[in-house]
Order: sequence, then structure tokens, then C-alpha cells
Amino acid sequence: MELLSFGDTGWGDELFFATLMTIAVSIAAMAIGFVFALIFTPLKLSKNKTLNVIGNCYTTIIRGVPELLVIYLLFFGGTGAVMYVASIFGYDGYIEINAFITGALAIGIISGAYSTEVFRGAILSIDKGQFEASQVLGIKKSIQFYKVILPQMLRLSIPNLSNVWQITLKDTSLISVTGLVEIMRQSYIAAGSTRDPLFFYSVAAALYLVLTFFSMKIINKLEVRFNKGY
Amino acid sequence: MISIFPSLLNGTVITLKLLISSMFFGLLIGLFFAILRINNNPLINKFAYGYSYFFRGTPLLVQLYLIYYGLANIEFLRNSFLWVVIREPYWCAIIAFSLNTGAYTSEILRSAFQTIKEGYIEAAQSLGVSKKITFYKIQIPIAIKQSLPAYGNEIILMLKGTSLASVITIMDLMGEARKVNVLTFKPFEAFITAGIIYLFLTFIIHNIVKNLEKKYGFQT
Repeated sequence: MELLSFGDTGWGDELFFATLMTIAVSIAAMAIGFVFALIFTPLKLSKNKTLNVIGNCYTTIIRGVPELLVIYLLFFGGTGAVMYVASIFGYDGYIEINAFITGALAIGIISGAYSTEVFRGAILSIDKGQFEASQVLGIKKSIQFYKVILPQMLRLSIPNLSNVWQITLKDTSLISVTGLVEIMRQSYIAAGSTRDPLFFYSVAAALYLVLTFFSMKIINKLEVRFNKGY
Repeated sequence: MISIFPSLLNGTVITLKLLISSMFFGLLIGLFFAILRINNNPLINKFAYGYSYFFRGTPLLVQLYLIYYGLANIEFLRNSFLWVVIREPYWCAIIAFSLNTGAYTSEILRSAFQTIKEGYIEAAQSLGVSKKITFYKIQIPIAIKQSLPAYGNEIILMLKGTSLASVITIMDLMGEARKVNVLTFKPFEAFITAGIIYLFLTFIIHNIVKNLEKKYGFQT
């Protein structure tokens, strides 16, 4: 237990901040994922063939390749791409993109693909009558979406979004390979310097379990809240 | 471009080996724990639930590190015959992947067991079929048929999971892609080619499962 004490002698405070980092990356990735989902869900539902193909390509490709691959591609390729763009504008120095941004973006792209599928399923399962009724009442398309469809879609997608959140939370452990100090990376460092990998990886596992446990509690509360009228 | 193909194909073979062996052991583990989960004894039940909760609640990377770096820390394991197994990254990866997919498989099979209609079991009972034979000849085949779609997803998730083997020095498809990237400084070529191979594998698995579903699928 001494190893976990706070301060200079133990790893408690380091692991605590690493846990906060994991939470921060997960939330950022989830938010980026929502942005992607809000762009690609309409594409997947669109009647236009081309838009449809674009939407399908996104979800199929991202869900078909390993998460690690997306992370490596952004991490190694992203720097090169940014430097290439910068060189066009006459800047030839080395540019390093922040590991947090790369990581959150990579995991966000992945969780976006899952969120897209969840939103698509939720919209498809909304009763046809809701669309027709709002049309009959003469409600504008944009207001129909924000005031009629979106609230129902969110309610229907909460159970599946909780799965996406769990996947996202666990995927953030993969960002450790790029050097961002979150739970996994911190445990790796601690295990390396104390030569006690068994202990520190068990702590990491416990931290992840605690995170998933409490997020489930919170999501269940949200579910009850959103289901109040039903 | 062409020159990177042979090494990537070598990696693909390792990836497939990892996938097939962990799916095989994972199915056995999953079946075992699914049977424990439908057991009425609360203690056995809790144990099986704890197993699946742990492996589904923690990232695969943690499990892999725990087995690869962690187990080597235990003195008596190092002195036992098991050391031959756990000092090899390849076997550690298979152990971690099997335990992980076993947890998910046990959940898939459990829900399949629980949705079997009472009528089948009652029919078997009234025909005088023994409990054991009912289980092996009726419940297990139906459960396997019902869980085919979910299991197909699990195979694809595991295919993606095997890419983690590259972080413990195994030269699977992902490992080879990383090596190509380091040697040539061409991340896009290396990773996109690997991505296409992964997509191709996903596509094949998807189609095999779809055909199996058509053949043995089960409409209730």
C-alpha cells in the first residue's frame, strides 16, 4: 500500500491525475464522436445514393479496422500531414501535435462510428406517426428535428450509448502507446520503475472497473430521468 | 509499395493463428462459464458473473499487460512448469485473448440459454429424455444457433483485438505495419495497406457467419 501513497514517495497522486486524464480523454472523445455522428447519421439515412455510400463507408471502415491502427495512422501520419501543409506555407520546422488532441480525435472517430449506428437505429425506431403528425401540424423541418425527433432519439439511444461510452473508456487505454499519460501509461511507468508490474496493472484494472461501475450508475440514473414520461 | 506485401502477409498469418486459437479456447471457456451462469447455486453464479464483469470491464490492454508482465512477477509460477508457457509473448497473447473473448462469449451464450423456449425442454421431459441428453442434444445446439449473429460480431471484435499483440513484441499484421513505418517513414502506406487487409478479413468473416446463419439459422 505504501506504493500508492500520495506525495513524492508513492504513486497515488500520479495515478489519481492519470485517472482524471483518462476521464478527460474519454469525455473529449465522446463529444468528438457525437459531432461525427451528427454529421454521418443524416448521411446514412439520406435517400441520396452518394451520401449514403459516404456514410456507410465511414461506419464500415472504422468498425472493420483495429482501433490501434486508427491511432497509429493519426499519430504518425498526422504529424507528417500537418508538417506537409505547413511546408506549403513556408514553415519547415518540426511540428508536434499534442498527444491529447491526437488521442481524443482518434478515439472520437472510432466512437463516432458506433454512435452513428446507435442514432440511426434510434431514429428508425421512432414511430412514423410522429413525423407525420408534426408535418400535419405544419411544423418546420428544422424545428421538427430539434423539438420532436431529437428528444425521442436521445431517450431511445441512451441504453446503447452507455455501451458506446464503455467501449470508448476502454479504448482510451490504447492511447498510452502514443505517450499520453493516462491510467495505462502511468501504470507502465510505475511498473517499470518499481519492478512490480503485477501490482500496478492490477491497480490499473481496478481503476477501470471503478470507472465503468460509476459510469453505469450515472447512466442508469439518466435513463430513469429520461424515461419519466413513459 | 509491392515490397512491403510479403512481410505484411507473414503478419496476416500470425494474426489469423492468434485469432483462431483464441477463438477456439475462448469458446470452450465461454461455454463453461455460461453453464456456471445458469447454475442455481448463488456462489457459482457470482463467481462466473465476477469473471465476466472483470474481463468486460477492463481494457484488453490491461489484461494483456497483467498476464505478460504481471504473471512473471509471481515467484512460484516462474519456478513451475508453466514458466515455459508464460515467458512466450505468443502464448501470453493467446491466454489474454481467450480469457477476454471467453467472458463475452459466456454472456452471449447465457442470454441464448435463457431465451430457449420452455416448451422444448418440457417436450423433451415428457418424451422421457434424460436431463443430460436434453442439455447436450437440445439446449446446447439451440443456444449455439441463436447466438450466431452476436458471436459473429465477437469474432470481428477479436480480430481487431489481436492487433494489441503487437505491443508485446509479436509480429502480427499490426506489428509488421509498425515495422514498415519505422523502416520507411511512410505511415500512410504501411497502415492503410494493413487496414485494407484487416477490412478484407472482416469482410470474409462477416460473409462466413452470414452463410452459416442462412444454413443453420434459427427463426423462433
